[in-house]
Amino acid sequence: MASNAAVPFWRAAGMTYITYSNICANLVRNCLKEPYKTEALSREKVHFSISKWTDGKPEKPTLRSDSPEE
Amino acid sequence: MLRRALGLLPRPIAAARARSFSTDLPAAHTADATFMEAWNKVMPNMDPPKTPLSFMHPRPPTPSSIPPKLTVNFVLPYASELSTKEVDMVIVTATTGQMGFLPGHVATIAELKPGVLSVHEGSETTKYFVSSGFVFIHANSFADIIAVEAVPLDRIDANLVQKGLADFTQKLSSATTELEKAEAQIGIDVHSALNSALTG
Repeated sequence: MASNAAVPFWRAAGMTYITYSNICANLVRNCLKEPYKTEALSREKVHFSISKWTDGKPEKPTLRSDSPEE
Repeated sequence: MLRRALGLLPRPIAAARARSFSTDLPAAHTADATFMEAWNKVMPNMDPPKTPLSFMHPRPPTPSSIPPKLTVNFVLPYASELSTKEVDMVIVTATTGQMGFLPGHVATIAELKPGVLSVHEGSETTKYFVSSGFVFIHANSFADIIAVEAVPLDRIDANLVQKGLADFTQKLSSATTELEKAEAQIGIDVHSALNSALTG
């Protein structure tokens, strides 16, 4: 069997399929006409809180609202 | 030498026929007989609990003659665009090129490239621009198309596409690391696909 035939250029550069797919989706969303564009971008916003743990105790959590463009 | 090779051939084929393909699902889910007996002994008056498998609709079996229509399920992460819609033909842009699927197509899995997906029903064609995804055609002429983002072509703004294409072409020439080059290349691919979708 041939070992891993031609890999796609993004995998050769170290990117995973999910990252590639999300980048493509973001680019498409950014090229939409106005009402659809704001709908799409607001649909993809994420809000989350991260807390780092040290010595078995959580530190103060930070709230983040990342928009899809990071 | 050739005769030996011919002699070896039938054996692997026979072995493969003995095992069924993973794409052939059982036609319907039957409850486990031992469990039902044990349940009825203990709780004769209560209905047995349902298992997740009994909630799932089994895939319709492969008909012996080619069905007249292709049944398409086109889903996005946030919405179900088409759900078991009967159509005549679907044309997708796969990484291996444009592929058209008619009823009775051989079971296929194809990875999609940013490009146009067109669904043909009678004399109507609905086109979507798909950012990337996969299409699974099953032997019973059911097609599952999954995409991360798909928009009807009239929602795309041509000016933003041109601007994006110019930006990424410029980024590609100024990119230094492999990752930057890959990102710029992805940008160029997506925007040129958008461009040809709008003009083509």
